[in-house]
Amino acid sequence: MTAEQPPGQAQPPDQAALAGQERLSEQVARTGMFGTETTGDTSGYGGLIVRRPPPLSSPRPYGWYFDDLADALGSSLDQSGLPFGEAVERVVADRGELTCYVRREHLTAVAGRLRDDPALAFELCTGVSGVHYPADVGRELHAVYHLVSLTHNRRLRLEVSVPDSDPHVPTMVRVYPTCDWHERETWDFFGIIFDGHPALTRIEMPDDWKGHPQRKDYPLGGIPVEYRGATVPPPDERRAYE
Amino acid sequence: MGLEEKLPSGILLTTVEKVAGYARKSSVWPATFGLACCAMELISTGGPRHDLARFGMERASNTPRQADLMIVAGRVSQKMAPVLRQIYDQMAEPKWVISMGVCASSGGMFNNYAIVQGVDHVVPVDIYLPGCPPRPEMLLDAILKLHDKIQNMKLGVNREHEVEDLEQARLRRLPLAAGLGSHPGSPGPGSPGPGTSAPGVAR
Amino acid sequence: MTSRTDAGAEGRVYNVGGQDWDEVVAAADEAGDRPGDERLIVNMGPQHPSTHGVLRLVLTLDAETVTELRPVIGYLHTGIEKNMEFRTWTQGVTFCTRMDYLSPLFNETAFCLATERLLGITDRIPERASVLRVLMMELNRISSHLMAIATFGLELGATTVLLNGLREREKVLDLFELITGLRMNHAYIRPGGVSQDLPPGAIEKIREFLGLMPGLLGDMRKLLDANPAYLARTKGIAFLDLAGCMTLGVTGPVLRSTGLPWDLRKSQPYCGYETYEFDVPVQTTCDAYGRYLVRMDEMDQSLRIIGQCTDRLAGPGTDDDRVMIADAKIGWPAQLALGPDGLGNSPEHIKHIMGQSMEALIHHFKLVTEGFRVPAGQAYAAIESPRGELGCHAVSDGGTRPYRVHFRDPSFTNLQALPAMCEGGMIADVIAAVASTDPVMGGVDR
Repeated sequence: MTAEQPPGQAQPPDQAALAGQERLSEQVARTGMFGTETTGDTSGYGGLIVRRPPPLSSPRPYGWYFDDLADALGSSLDQSGLPFGEAVERVVADRGELTCYVRREHLTAVAGRLRDDPALAFELCTGVSGVHYPADVGRELHAVYHLVSLTHNRRLRLEVSVPDSDPHVPTMVRVYPTCDWHERETWDFFGIIFDGHPALTRIEMPDDWKGHPQRKDYPLGGIPVEYRGATVPPPDERRAYE
Repeated sequence: MGLEEKLPSGILLTTVEKVAGYARKSSVWPATFGLACCAMELISTGGPRHDLARFGMERASNTPRQADLMIVAGRVSQKMAPVLRQIYDQMAEPKWVISMGVCASSGGMFNNYAIVQGVDHVVPVDIYLPGCPPRPEMLLDAILKLHDKIQNMKLGVNREHEVEDLEQARLRRLPLAAGLGSHPGSPGPGSPGPGTSAPGVAR
Repeated sequence: MTSRTDAGAEGRVYNVGGQDWDEVVAAADEAGDRPGDERLIVNMGPQHPSTHGVLRLVLTLDAETVTELRPVIGYLHTGIEKNMEFRTWTQGVTFCTRMDYLSPLFNETAFCLATERLLGITDRIPERASVLRVLMMELNRISSHLMAIATFGLELGATTVLLNGLREREKVLDLFELITGLRMNHAYIRPGGVSQDLPPGAIEKIREFLGLMPGLLGDMRKLLDANPAYLARTKGIAFLDLAGCMTLGVTGPVLRSTGLPWDLRKSQPYCGYETYEFDVPVQTTCDAYGRYLVRMDEMDQSLRIIGQCTDRLAGPGTDDDRVMIADAKIGWPAQLALGPDGLGNSPEHIKHIMGQSMEALIHHFKLVTEGFRVPAGQAYAAIESPRGELGCHAVSDGGTRPYRVHFRDPSFTNLQALPAMCEGGMIADVIAAVASTDPVMGGVDR
């Protein structure tokens, strides 16, 4: 606190106001305290809004083998003429796992380098699955690939985000043929269209099913549970204590 | 259903009923319809410890044409339901159905888009067996109850009278009355609907 | 049924709805470009004697040779992954345990390891809980392999093998019932530890079991290992070499039968597997017989591990003989006890939460109604199940329920390899190939 500042102020007001503005522009992570929207909640915590900043990249060093892995991937991509920053949006190292968020147009190139470069040697792909984030407007559908390197005993996760309005991801079947059925399943459950897949048809649901069941906007589809004299609503319509 | 259905009611028919019931229950051939976890307990019931062969039931007929009993063991998904119905239709009369496990009886813990909430939406069920999965001993108990039901099943004219009586009793029964559950002679898959009363109906 | 020619597809795409088999065959014949052929399209399943569950195989046969094999799955799809999004993390265990129903404890472990990684408590799991997890998993590996070999025998027409395998399996199920209370679908392994400790008398029963099993397994080997009929049906059948396995993502005994000793218990250990002494059995023949030998050897190795677990559990206890994490905000509070009316909450626990500790009551209440909160993020935990790499990808949004759980089931991926194993072989070898892959349709369809 310098002599120019009036007493009683902890910091210059601009910084506090700025921090407040930043917080207001962050994503809303959660609303309400107990998850119930019925009149049963009289605590007043129902109006609570918790904001959380959007995910950022992890800063270097990532730790463990992740730095070597990221460097090897970077140099391999550079050698093939694709800058690392262009192919990979961001890298997150969290809870002992490395996730590379790859841009969809460069997905097969990155996967090809990961498979063929001896320093990387990710021979095994354990499959692709989808995650639907309806709150993440413009990047709702994520396709998540997990790769294993038997030679170096390492794991890596690749994640591709695509918008709902244009849910196309290039297929990995040419690079990792094991993704065949996994991509069909992801299409079946999320509606992510894998361009270039030889036969993208439903695999788990009946062939004439409408809708993609594991999306967040698809209801769970249960029926009320009947007891003698009362019914209990299905699991997705019950009051939830969150 | 055969010559025994054409007999007039009376002592002759009663004796035939007893004999036919005894013969039918002594060699029920199950159709293998194991779907999920309950199928493992079904197979264990056929294993050496809980022996299904003592009832003559170890010969599970893989073709439904020769099967008498369909034990629906496991969760029936929406994709599987038409197949279930097709197998049931292929079975010859008389046929019975045990829905083994809670998933077959009512959808079980999977109250969602993918599972049929009880196979009685698809096929008529004689015995409901709860459990997740039911122990082999529970399945044997259900089979014994089914044997009782088969033994006491009436034939021909007696059956039609019995079915009509039971329909009337069910229609009159109040929702919270005691005694819910299947009687030994309650209408099974072989019963005509309430509207039909033609004698000797071919079922 | 509708069909269309798709430029991107490798041929005509038929959408089948049911009751339209005639149309499928007619359309296929029409579209066929080799008239006068001995080609036959045969549908195996979804209900068929091969007890591997509801798998449908559409075979195109040229006399006895299989020219095309298309597996159709989804007949057991249960929506487990979506259901888990509406239940707490602990309740999720009861759902995921019913996926791969021959190895329920492995499903539970994969899910719990992913949850614990998200919570960040992986190194605070009590050691006794980890030893119990390993014990139960290895017992489950034995029961799963026994069922695999038993049904393998059944499908090849050897009913003696089926009955022997089931008899042995009953011994393992007895142990499960003694320790967890259930024969199958136990919900025993929970995030934070296991649900209850070993009951008195369990160690002796397990040691008794360990004494019996080598002899019984030896009997099964005597029956099968050098049996000419068995060898004729499994040697050289369902060949899939290392390149094929890597391309198709196949793991487990199928991969180890090609000569590669890749086992997640050794390469990426979890639950303390690095502290146990065991070998990874490997064969080099890449055929169904090799996979059978791998499974028999794995059972021997599992018996070794169980012996070591039992010694640890029976030995002098460490300071910490808890089986659930000490953190009261995460560890499942209920202590079960066997009373006169069955298994239920133990009276001491009830006395504690009702009379002695308000915090304990609140923790119990919050954990049972809400569940614990898991910090936002995603984790992928992979374990070595009897069929291969079972992975659980769990995504949390910071709440008390999973945001998304996806299980990478080994049977799903291994079944993809079926056409590669069977096309070009005889139709009878398809049965042997499916049985040697040992798929469990609950895991395939989830």
